Amino acid sequence: MTENVLQFDGVSKSFFGVHALRNVTFALAKGHLLGLVGENGAGKTTLMNILGGVLPADHGGMKLRGQDYAPRTPSQATAAGVAFIHQELNLFTNLSITDNLFIDRFPRLGRSPFIHKRAAKSRARQLLESLNLPLVPETLVDRLTPGERQLVEIAKALSAGAEIIIFDEPTTSLTAAETERLFGIIRDLRRQGKSMIYISHNLGNVLELADDVIVLRDGQVVDQGPAAEFTIERMISRMVGRDISQIFPPRGSKLSDEVVLEVRGVSQPGIVKEIDLTLHKAEVLGLFGLMGSGRTELARILFGLEPFERGQIRGEGIPPLRREAILGVPNAEVRVGNPVASPQPAATNRTSGERGRDALATQGQDTHATETRSPRACIRRGMAFVTENRREEGLLMEATIVDNVGLVALPAFALPRPPRLLRHRRLREAVTRVAQSLRIKSGPAHRTLAENLSGGNQQKAVIGKWLMSRPTVLIMDEPTRGIDVGAKFEVYSIINDLAAQGTSILLISSELEELLGMCDRIVVMSKGEIQGGYERSEFDRERILAAAFQGHQAHLRGTC
Amino acid sequence: MLYLSILLFGVLYVFMPHIASSRNLANLSSNMWPLLALVLGQMFVLILGGIDLSQTSIMALTSVVGGMLMTTSLNPALFEKSPLWGVLLSAEGSPISGTMLTVPLGILAMLLVGMLVGLLNGLAVARFRMPAFMVTLVSLMFFSGLAIYLTKSENIMYLPSGFTMLGSGQIGPIPYSFFIVLLLGGVAHVVLKHTVLGQWFFAVGKSLRTSIVSGVPTERVIILGYVFSGFCGAVASILYTARLACGRPTLGQNLLLDVIGAAVIGGISLFGGKGKVLWALFGVLFFVLLSNALSMLALPFYAEPVVKGAVILLAALLDVTRTRLLTWEVVA
Repeated sequence: MTENVLQFDGVSKSFFGVHALRNVTFALAKGHLLGLVGENGAGKTTLMNILGGVLPADHGGMKLRGQDYAPRTPSQATAAGVAFIHQELNLFTNLSITDNLFIDRFPRLGRSPFIHKRAAKSRARQLLESLNLPLVPETLVDRLTPGERQLVEIAKALSAGAEIIIFDEPTTSLTAAETERLFGIIRDLRRQGKSMIYISHNLGNVLELADDVIVLRDGQVVDQGPAAEFTIERMISRMVGRDISQIFPPRGSKLSDEVVLEVRGVSQPGIVKEIDLTLHKAEVLGLFGLMGSGRTELARILFGLEPFERGQIRGEGIPPLRREAILGVPNAEVRVGNPVASPQPAATNRTSGERGRDALATQGQDTHATETRSPRACIRRGMAFVTENRREEGLLMEATIVDNVGLVALPAFALPRPPRLLRHRRLREAVTRVAQSLRIKSGPAHRTLAENLSGGNQQKAVIGKWLMSRPTVLIMDEPTRGIDVGAKFEVYSIINDLAAQGTSILLISSELEELLGMCDRIVVMSKGEIQGGYERSEFDRERILAAAFQGHQAHLRGTC
Repeated sequence: MLYLSILLFGVLYVFMPHIASSRNLANLSSNMWPLLALVLGQMFVLILGGIDLSQTSIMALTSVVGGMLMTTSLNPALFEKSPLWGVLLSAEGSPISGTMLTVPLGILAMLLVGMLVGLLNGLAVARFRMPAFMVTLVSLMFFSGLAIYLTKSENIMYLPSGFTMLGSGQIGPIPYSFFIVLLLGGVAHVVLKHTVLGQWFFAVGKSLRTSIVSGVPTERVIILGYVFSGFCGAVASILYTARLACGRPTLGQNLLLDVIGAAVIGGISLFGGKGKVLWALFGVLFFVLLSNALSMLALPFYAEPVVKGAVILLAALLDVTRTRLLTWEVVA
């Protein structure tokens, strides 16, 4: 019988009459790792806020090493040996590792206000060594990879004498190699007798690491037990409260011969090299690669956000009439990349059904063409791009859902002549329709701000924004990152529906399971190059992973 | 803000009844409309998350340019040293002065100069990604200097009456400037609230990166914002120049903080993404009432800027706490 370091006894908490936590009871055993899973809004954050002294509990209490424990401030929690490693890291990127480690408790020279720099540095070095981190303490945090920053956070927690460490989605921004290293360190810490709580949407990781698992739903513990007794399916069905026979909705996969996007030999020194890619009509093409493999960079090049030096990006079969009907804008700005390549003048092109073919061609060699390859031009050619960080590039956080979802298709809701007056009502109705069809849960769309939506609903709003422009090619970069299982399932269904309606999707992900479940084909990138392509019939975890790790062996040693 | 302005007016009326005298009211409104023109332009730039410090230099420059083009008589003793003497200027004014088209051409030139300076600001900010504060500060210094250089610091008198009428003329009790600025405000309101362009202004101010990804022509929007700010500077310059009946190279020198102050008091956020024409109006109303009251109190000369500064500080504080309160709501 192991001793419990932390005990929750019937903890309840409600906000304005709404129960966030109901009678939560569980124990964390010494030297154990407890996996805590649940959908967004299940109460994980509230629970951890109570543990961390951010919020008081309404009822019930906690016991830390047998003693009553009711921290009133985060610093009391820290003093009691409870440390948090947050999703968003709390490091000062402009300071060195040492400065970050001791920011609130620099060793002093005697009792003077002066910092004992030498002591700080040597203690920092010891800490880094104890975690097997080959880093120099003077390095600015700015220069560290996300994985290394995470480890510095852990070092900081240890330096404060933490006995209980809570990890909240620690792997979201880590490469596979960094994740492995983090897991190694977590296992070491467990061996040293530290107790940990590990919160993640990545259920595979939870299962791999945890000794015990707790499932929260609607503020209640709905399932708990040793990890060995759990499977991913059991966790999901308990979290969601219904059985999902499959995480991935079924999809009929039949490849069309029609090519909508063709990439030939696209290169940008230091970023991507000789990329060849073909996207067919109604296809879901997976792009797999580790972080830093160039997959996001490639997507940004395709969407005209970054330049490329050589190569060609061309697309065909974009139905020009439909697009014009939706965007309702004259196509004056779409330059034909290479006049030689288009036999007809652009003006006559517009009336012919062939227009999309030539209008989409862009020549990398022609610097002028590269300049005109802007996101704006790409959108007019029927492309859409769900970026990987929805907070900075997907949404206007302080704007309403209508403003956000309507942003791309805005010109379609204005009178055609300057000053292009907006038809507010039509816009609101159209947005509301999209929001309903995507099941965005929110208040009235014209009053609810994007920042008040949950992660999953925010992501659906981003997708809705692009659906408003009826794209033919939809690029999605990590569309399910940081959203809960239920919302993930919905995003997958949306992708399938779109593909069934003829939209071609380039799906970028670092979760291989997701791609295996969703895609017709998977292309693997590593070090800026395409390493291989696999049809659905030849999907094979091992081979795809091996391709993704191509040339990454040196990277495992943690040089940056 | 309207209520605050009415409240302030009420309080002031109790203590200083002569504030409501028709002379003072006329004085109030003549100060208010040109300032509102400036604030409207400034608002567009603030919504973008930028700032236009160069507006007052635009006023000075356009005032000088307009004055030179329209004046009917220049004193050679004063203007001989101007670099334009003999080229564009002579004792009889400029080549276009004294004709039917003098006033329309002069006004057109003033507006064009204002927009041109705005265009330069906008290009530097949008195309070369320079910080707006830096760009417009340099513009402020450069064009203020240029205005003084062109005239060797002399005022240009003898402007045609067709022009000065714009500053002093009235329809009934209401000055022309009111109608001009009303028109400007109406256009600004429609653009902001009811056009695609207006939505783009807010989008750029709320998140430039999201706007770029979403296909908003961000460079064009930003450039337009500064051009409009320059245009408004020129409009204000026309009104002031006409009222003073002289082209003045130092016109508007002390107005910069009034403009920013009135905008902030009106609730237009310095962080971008927020602003309304009505807010601008109320901000200006409040600000003008305040300065009017302060000058009528006959306080020592240093007290006025101190009180004004305190009020602006308070408004800025309100802006920050409002932003923070909103974030708190989300966290909780």
